[in-house]
Amino acid sequence: MLSKWKALKKTTRSNAITYAIVIVAYLIIQLLSGLGLLSSLFTGLLVPLCTYVILAVSLNLVVGFLGELSLGHAGFMCVGAFASAFFSRCMEQAIPASGVRFLIALIIGAVCAGIFGILIGIPVLRLKGDYLAIVTLAFGEIIKNVINVLFIGRDENGFHFSTKDALSLNMSADGDVIINGPQGITGTPKDSTFTVGIILILITLFLVTNLIHSRSGRAIMAIRDNRIAAESIGINITKYKLMAFAISAALAGVAGVLYAHNLSTLTATPKNFGYNMSIMILVFVVLGGIGSIRGSIIAAVVLTLLPEMLRGLSDYRMLIYAIVLILMMLFNWAPKAIEWREKYLSRLPFLARKKGESTGKEEV
Amino acid sequence: MSFLSYLINGISLGSVYAIIALGYTMVYGIAKMLNFAHGDIIMIGAYIVFTCVSTAGMHPALAVLLAVIGCTVLGVLIERVAYRPLRSAASPLAVLITAIGMSYLLQNLALLIFGANTKNFPEIITLPSLSLADGQLNITGTSLLTIGVCVVIMAALMIFIRKTKAGQAMLAVSEDKGAAQLMGINVNGTIALTFAIGSALAAIAGVLLCSAYPSLTPYTGSMPGIRAFVAAVFGGIGSVPGALIGGILLGVIEILGRAYISSQLADAIVFGVLIVVLLVKPTGILGKNIQEKV
Amino acid sequence: MKKMKRFLSIALAALLAAGCLAGCSDSTGSTASGGSDELVFKIGGIGPMTGDAAAYGIAVDRGAQIAVEEINAAGGINGYQVEFKSEDDESDPEKSINAYNTLKDWGMQMLMGTVTSGPCTAVAAETDNDRMFQITPSGTAVESVQNHDNVFRVCFSDPAQGTKSAEYIASKGLAKKIAVIYNSSDIYSSGIYNAFAAEAKNQGLEVVAAEAFTADNKTDFSVQLQKAKDSGAELVFLPIYYQEASAILQQADNMGYKPMYFGCDGLDGLLGVKGFDTSLAEGVMLLTPFAADASDEKTQAFNQAYEEAYGETPIQFAADAYDGIYAIKLAAEKAGITPDMSYSDMCAKMIDAMTQIELDGLTGVDGITWNADGEPNKDPKGVIIENGAYTSMD
Repeated sequence: MLSKWKALKKTTRSNAITYAIVIVAYLIIQLLSGLGLLSSLFTGLLVPLCTYVILAVSLNLVVGFLGELSLGHAGFMCVGAFASAFFSRCMEQAIPASGVRFLIALIIGAVCAGIFGILIGIPVLRLKGDYLAIVTLAFGEIIKNVINVLFIGRDENGFHFSTKDALSLNMSADGDVIINGPQGITGTPKDSTFTVGIILILITLFLVTNLIHSRSGRAIMAIRDNRIAAESIGINITKYKLMAFAISAALAGVAGVLYAHNLSTLTATPKNFGYNMSIMILVFVVLGGIGSIRGSIIAAVVLTLLPEMLRGLSDYRMLIYAIVLILMMLFNWAPKAIEWREKYLSRLPFLARKKGESTGKEEV
Repeated sequence: MSFLSYLINGISLGSVYAIIALGYTMVYGIAKMLNFAHGDIIMIGAYIVFTCVSTAGMHPALAVLLAVIGCTVLGVLIERVAYRPLRSAASPLAVLITAIGMSYLLQNLALLIFGANTKNFPEIITLPSLSLADGQLNITGTSLLTIGVCVVIMAALMIFIRKTKAGQAMLAVSEDKGAAQLMGINVNGTIALTFAIGSALAAIAGVLLCSAYPSLTPYTGSMPGIRAFVAAVFGGIGSVPGALIGGILLGVIEILGRAYISSQLADAIVFGVLIVVLLVKPTGILGKNIQEKV
Repeated sequence: MKKMKRFLSIALAALLAAGCLAGCSDSTGSTASGGSDELVFKIGGIGPMTGDAAAYGIAVDRGAQIAVEEINAAGGINGYQVEFKSEDDESDPEKSINAYNTLKDWGMQMLMGTVTSGPCTAVAAETDNDRMFQITPSGTAVESVQNHDNVFRVCFSDPAQGTKSAEYIASKGLAKKIAVIYNSSDIYSSGIYNAFAAEAKNQGLEVVAAEAFTADNKTDFSVQLQKAKDSGAELVFLPIYYQEASAILQQADNMGYKPMYFGCDGLDGLLGVKGFDTSLAEGVMLLTPFAADASDEKTQAFNQAYEEAYGETPIQFAADAYDGIYAIKLAAEKAGITPDMSYSDMCAKMIDAMTQIELDGLTGVDGITWNADGEPNKDPKGVIIENGAYTSMD
């Protein structure tokens, strides 16, 4: 506990560094892009990178600070994506100003995902450990499955719903099928930009760091470190758990909005909103260091870029990616590897100097 | 009559889940880790049998034996190389992520070696079907064999754990690693043995899974793997009879849900029931309730 | 902990910087090659090379490679050699955009992709924006082609297949009571089903059971088959891919259920499943523009080249890709484009030329022509599997 108190004093500095990294990265990229030095691939990756950074930071709130394993994060992203894309599709004519429309879409996405976070959180947070993990995974899969059988159309008589097929919507001839079951939503306006993404990252960082360093945040971490002790000093466990869970879900919803408005087609496949994606986000968090927000950002960026950088390997790409992932995990987490690094790498002058700078735990 | 037929199909599907779940549950009980690569070991086992029988023309029994040996070696190797170094890592999540990496590795390795095209698993189980009630009710030989193998394996495992020294060592390690070591139990060896048994079971599960549902691709193992994991949690993860009950219940619910509620929402129904069960009984049907101490 | 993270962040940052630089040098590299002495046409391909749908992506890549080799050996397009490069999209829309951008950095001038429907819709929006010519071998969703003037396709759209199947079944009087088993999580399958259900009503056919399965749930079909059996359907319509179909046929056989089966182009490849007991497929009817066993000279030559190169029988996706490359060749010759043009100029000329060509392809023996909305005009053939081979039903 002592190390945490020490670290608290450094928090402002640590946060400033994180903000600075994001802003400097933004400026450099804008500069390169202005000079025409960015490849198309990298330009196309900018918005997805922002999406994954937000997802990683928001999941870190649950995994790192609340200390619960959630495997349903992609489900909340899915809710945010579909709610906002549905809104944008409906209102494309009614609100032609893309800025206003996107802002409302963002709020809708975040609120819907947040509500789902609360609804799911109330029953789920009674469970612990791997049981909680499996139930969140289950909820994520249910959300994906239900969206895949949802058909919503609109004609002059209003909205039509069905869970069977587009035919049973019984719409008039000029009706518009907005959510078309597995085909999802097509033609979402492309409102996501890199600048918007960076602003959303900064807002996410602001929300998360402020929450962590507030009274509530300390309560959340007290629950993580010792639930019974926290309860005995009068902390309302359910309230704080739910708070962290819902905020995390809402932020995942924001990432979903960004995702949905970057592609012209939105479908709920096992790939983008299934448990595979939830696990991928967890990989970002664990590789970056559980509880380290800066680590989450860096890991999300690196692991999203890695498979793209490996494209030159063609057939061996995903194989090498898997091997690199395993090696990175072993290198970062194995006690033997850590010992080895301390023995040899600390002799390197630039690392030794950095070590002297701060000794506090970075987690808080 | 169709209800009975659904029920039997459900039990048969559930038995496959149960055998896979046994592997999950044993490894979880002893190493406290979710071995996400378990489903992919099933796939590797099935590919070994496919290659031996369809390409090399071996006798099926020999092929199954080779698959069991191959998977056992693979399982122990994975444990040694990727999981053991992380066993005392600062967070239990580290080994979980490595297992996910291992799962990707096995899938992509299989993709490179065997290609992406679907292979049809050879019919190595040639038991006649059982026809009841004037052909109204048809139970395939594979279903019967699967259910039988599942029961035999479970009984054998229970006896092994209760009656042998190695089994007792497993119990001890799963209770308390430190204390077990002090009592002179070879912890590393015991964990390796658990992985060996789990992987051997995976090979058998692979053969049964692919005999019942013969399309074989590098991704064949991942979905049954996740289902079996759910089944293990369902029954109470760490419990051997729990894996059997969980697996069979899951199979039956899946089939009946699809038959009587909605075939599109089958996944949602399975997971919905899981949630309800866990909310009522937070450690699964046969799971131990661990008292939390300050 | 502390130092470890330091080290990690430095290592990762270095990797990132390296990646960034690599990306930058890539882009400069491609602009430079635009002005180099050796001019070639650069055609890109996008499809899943890993993941669940990898079989289709790999087949498309191989089919296209064969066409490109043939064209190059015969002197290229308008006297210029052709280069073809495929990128993996894992059948994910977001990854397909990455693949598309990678190809743009490579210097792609025309796109022969993407293979699957969801990614195709996503990429079509990008090519439309960039004015890049695109022809998809197998993206079947309506949206991916019809809303974009620069996008064409080789295969049929989903509704076209569903409608034609219903018409065919009714006109041949094959059955009155029909059960459908389809993949509700798949765009291709549910698209055909929706069109089929609509047309069946008009044709006086009765859909007595419509049973779905999902991508996460495609091993056990006992329930769907039992329901089809109980509903008294005479014919089971399978608008799905051959992998699941082979499992369905086997499981139906196990339960002693023997209806007629009817499918679309996705079923093509059924006989090629390694280890599949083809006697189970006896009597399966399908409406397909390509059959690997067809006896015409062109198909035979293609089959032979494919088998020599890759050691397996081509599936319809490979044939679609082969036709896609030849469609590009024909249109490029009609339009008279050269590799030194910008891709947007090429696109404008190709759009005009596409509606004027007639391709004598593998997937449309009587010639394929294209509408301005990007849809191909070709007749699917009714084929029945007899004695382990496709036989024409007409």
